[in-house]
Amino acid sequence: MRGALQREVAIAGIGLSDYPVAPGMTSEQHAALAFRRALDDSGLTKADVDGFFSAGDALPHFEDAENLAEYLGIQPRYFDSTFTGGSAFEVLLQHAALAIAAGECEVALIVYGSDARSRHKRGLGAKGLAPTTYLFDQPQSGPRRQGNAAAFEAPWGSSIISSYALAAQRHMYEYGTTSAQLAEIAVAMRYNAQFNPNAMYRDPLSVEEVLASPMLADPLHRWDCCVVSDGGGAVIMTSGERARDLKTTPVYVLAAKNAATHYNIAQMPDYTQTAAAMVADDVFRAADVTRDDIDTLQIYDSFTITVLLQLEDLGFAPKGEGGAWVSDGKLKVGGALPTNTDGGGLSACHPGMRGIFLIIEATRQLRHDAGDAQTPNAQLALVSGSGGILSHIGVAILGRQP
Amino acid sequence: MGKEANTSVELRASDRVLPMPDSDSAEYWEGLARGELRLQRCTACGIAQFYPRSLCATCGGSVEWFAATGKGTVHTFTVVRTHGAEPFRSLVPFTLAIVELEEGPRMMTNLTGIDPDDVRIDLPVELEPVSAGDITLPFFTPRADS
Ligand SMILES: [Zn+2]
Repeated sequence: MRGALQREVAIAGIGLSDYPVAPGMTSEQHAALAFRRALDDSGLTKADVDGFFSAGDALPHFEDAENLAEYLGIQPRYFDSTFTGGSAFEVLLQHAALAIAAGECEVALIVYGSDARSRHKRGLGAKGLAPTTYLFDQPQSGPRRQGNAAAFEAPWGSSIISSYALAAQRHMYEYGTTSAQLAEIAVAMRYNAQFNPNAMYRDPLSVEEVLASPMLADPLHRWDCCVVSDGGGAVIMTSGERARDLKTTPVYVLAAKNAATHYNIAQMPDYTQTAAAMVADDVFRAADVTRDDIDTLQIYDSFTITVLLQLEDLGFAPKGEGGAWVSDGKLKVGGALPTNTDGGGLSACHPGMRGIFLIIEATRQLRHDAGDAQTPNAQLALVSGSGGILSHIGVAILGRQP
Repeated sequence: MGKEANTSVELRASDRVLPMPDSDSAEYWEGLARGELRLQRCTACGIAQFYPRSLCATCGGSVEWFAATGKGTVHTFTVVRTHGAEPFRSLVPFTLAIVELEEGPRMMTNLTGIDPDDVRIDLPVELEPVSAGDITLPFFTPRADS
């Protein structure tokens, strides 16, 4: 990683599990399948893995990562179970890069699996419960202390969708952003999904169709919201030196940063700005590249507003002008800045925490292995994961050259 | 939307799972039971905060309690039109709002006494405490004087 430490770090293997729907597979099986595919991709063996990085499944996540390491039969000499929700995999990528650069481990596995759709058979519209509501469901007596979310948000019926809606509404108020502009983001992701045979939805989607879809929490319509899928992913990282001797084209980690602003949506300091604004300049400086150098973006898209805020906070779109900025097809495959070239969470897959899919798709793009969704001669990709309720952001810049 | 909008305390308080006061929040809940919105203020920097905690979240100083006016404005809101859990499933459409209090802090609430489709950012609102047995919840309603 440039800037921080003197040793090159690269992604040496990637693997996806089966998605968007895999009835009968457990979360652990998704993780195991993705892991085995990532090993095959890299040419490394299981015995080479000495660093384990996982955020577990989803809430409740206590000790899920330890359980997963045991299931996979990995006894790592470096273990990290950082959980920041969907952004966890970008944070874990940063941690793995630092650990490899510092010599704490040689081969790091970042791994995730979830059977969210098949287990719960739920849609976000039906049971899009905020973390608050998980706490809300806890028994009201006994030793477990009730969290602040349960006391100050759950009684009001806060949900995941309504939490993001609070941010979207404020952005519209301050900047005049329109529902049609947000819809352009969903339309672009759907356009990109046509190139991904595994995407949950591949039929063309129009702005009019987004606006005609049911309003779930003003101003967010059904198609402003991500899908709920099954799926898993694995990323194997090692030193640049070692990666160059392996099977596939190394993809280098040039810089990675993370930051957080709040946990509960009622505590968001500014509903129009995420923690991406805190790290954007730093990450470009550390990678020694500019925004104009970036060829493709992989941006967490739990909701259309999630994308809009990150594009502004990362500095690609001027603050407040993201709505107009996304409305000319830039985000589509073949556009000026192809974004979520696998169809994203809005159309392809979102098994609860989507951050690892961003890293995997960026790696495919930089290996020039993305098929019909390939960004011509892509050299640099930016990945931005969002976790919690716009709470945590993890940003990484990946490159084809060290 | 084919359903009558919730404009009053039909947003029933008592069939929600309710907050459990703890050593940070007991004074806050006791205040609401008397119809008073109590906030904390830093003895060092003077900044008021919500939710209650054992230090100033701005500067780390110590905090004291005071009675807030209970007045504020809608900072942002959404009309919840679908929900996965009771009682909210039966209450849609209802307004989930972030109210910015006159003293500065913001808090989440439901708005009563106004059709959800009439809610706007910057709408002046005031506290409307609603008893739910052992707990009194702070709802907000459009200000009579506005
Ligand atoms: Zn203070």
